[in-house]
Amino acid sequence: MTSPFKKALDSGKFVVTSEVAPLKGANTEKFIHHVELLKDKVDAMNVTDHQSSVMRFPSLGGALLVKEHGGEPILQMTCRDRNRLALQADLLFAHSRGINNVLCLTGDSVMLGDHKEAKGVFDLDSSQLLKTIRRMERGRDLAGNDLDGNIAMCAGAIVTPEANPIEPQLIKFEKKIEAGAEFIQTQAVYDMDNFKSFMDYARQFDVRILAGIILLTSAGMARFMNKNVAGVMVPQSLIDEMAGAPKGGALKKGIEITARMIRQIRDEQICDGVHIMAIGKEEVVPDIMGEAGLL
Amino acid sequence: MIRSITQQKSVEEIERLLDGMGRIFIIGCGTCTTLTRTGGAPEVEEMNRTLSDKGKVVTGTTVVPVACDNLTPEILNDHGSRMNQADALLVMSCAFGVQTIGSQLGAMVIPAQDTIFIGKESPGGGFNEICTQCGTCIIGETGGVCPVTACHKGLVNGPCGGTNNGSCEIDVNKDCVWTVIYNRLKDLGRIDTMRKYQKPRNHLGEPSPGKFKVPG
Repeated sequence: MTSPFKKALDSGKFVVTSEVAPLKGANTEKFIHHVELLKDKVDAMNVTDHQSSVMRFPSLGGALLVKEHGGEPILQMTCRDRNRLALQADLLFAHSRGINNVLCLTGDSVMLGDHKEAKGVFDLDSSQLLKTIRRMERGRDLAGNDLDGNIAMCAGAIVTPEANPIEPQLIKFEKKIEAGAEFIQTQAVYDMDNFKSFMDYARQFDVRILAGIILLTSAGMARFMNKNVAGVMVPQSLIDEMAGAPKGGALKKGIEITARMIRQIRDEQICDGVHIMAIGKEEVVPDIMGEAGLL
Repeated sequence: MIRSITQQKSVEEIERLLDGMGRIFIIGCGTCTTLTRTGGAPEVEEMNRTLSDKGKVVTGTTVVPVACDNLTPEILNDHGSRMNQADALLVMSCAFGVQTIGSQLGAMVIPAQDTIFIGKESPGGGFNEICTQCGTCIIGETGGVCPVTACHKGLVNGPCGGTNNGSCEIDVNKDCVWTVIYNRLKDLGRIDTMRKYQKPRNHLGEPSPGKFKVPG
């Protein structure tokens, strides 16, 4: 079974994914609103898995909602909260409900979230989860037992092109590709020259790469990310540009910058697409896409 | 040398654990908790003062040489009667010592410490956790450095995305062990071993609780 997202990746078109984050609570109204807003505009929507280790509505439930409302979900799966039995079981369930895209992540430490005393599981890591998926596609579970019904997944992973030091990250990146990653969504990139250098290296691999773009909403947010988010580097020129926005105009400026970066990535064919993360501002993703000429 | 590393529980927690017990005998340890300054002679004396201030009757104190060895007849001769007069023994050793004393004497034992890890002394006067006795040692392929222990997530295939400038996601004062391993293997000209895929770990090298009988 080839998922619509997989078909988009294989088509050679400029692929656009975005993120929809389940919220804390059983009320799914806002989440569904974001799905409705984006489903006909993006190629697929990533559903985050207890983002930043904050307990929320589950990614599997969110992916199911995306599906039920006519969207194409990418199920994000971290290894933080489930051991190999639970991960495999959720993959079986996802496949059975038509969820056939998955992004494999190690997951943030529980210490970064809101249940700091919880046990972090990490029974598998991201590359092992990818291998597990490929094995389950061949009809076997991790214990070597036969499955009654294989799964089929378009499986992906992440990379941090701005990591320092970069070499250990690249070794892991290559392991993920060898383990079966078909697509890569990157950590946020802002410096296009740096990203081009990364792509010069990454082009040698048979994998589709979508550049991660996080919408800047203020100069303060950019400084905060530089200080606190691993592998994110917002150049001073962009911080200055955000700071120079007229009062009340920071979001508009952020949308403009984001659209400009997307346009450059597409026009210069730097990589295969973009993954837009408008954390908490999902409703402006259509504006970004419009301004980038993607609608 | 490896040591059992402890940190003292809060006075509030110790008070709660001693609730309803008025007469206390305090036992320190002359080995690890003396070295870490959590349960040697000065700390035992400090605890004596703290408990006395809280209205407890301290029937006696001692610092035994090694709390995880059985108490010798000499120690029991010198302190046995004062221990017997106490409602509880407050033990300022690691949990190995607390359990050894508790099972030897059949007495009510209360730990004054949390045992946080088994650590190796480092040059600067600190201690680092470098082995968690997992039972399935992989350091032959990681440059002799254990990521199961020294990576917060126990990752065996390389760093997570949370590492930053060679530090761990959870604490900038902790090294990202995968940077350490990378640098070690690079120096050794053996980066190829880091490129090797490590399969999911066997978490039951020795199912907990570990047990071992000396052969023969």
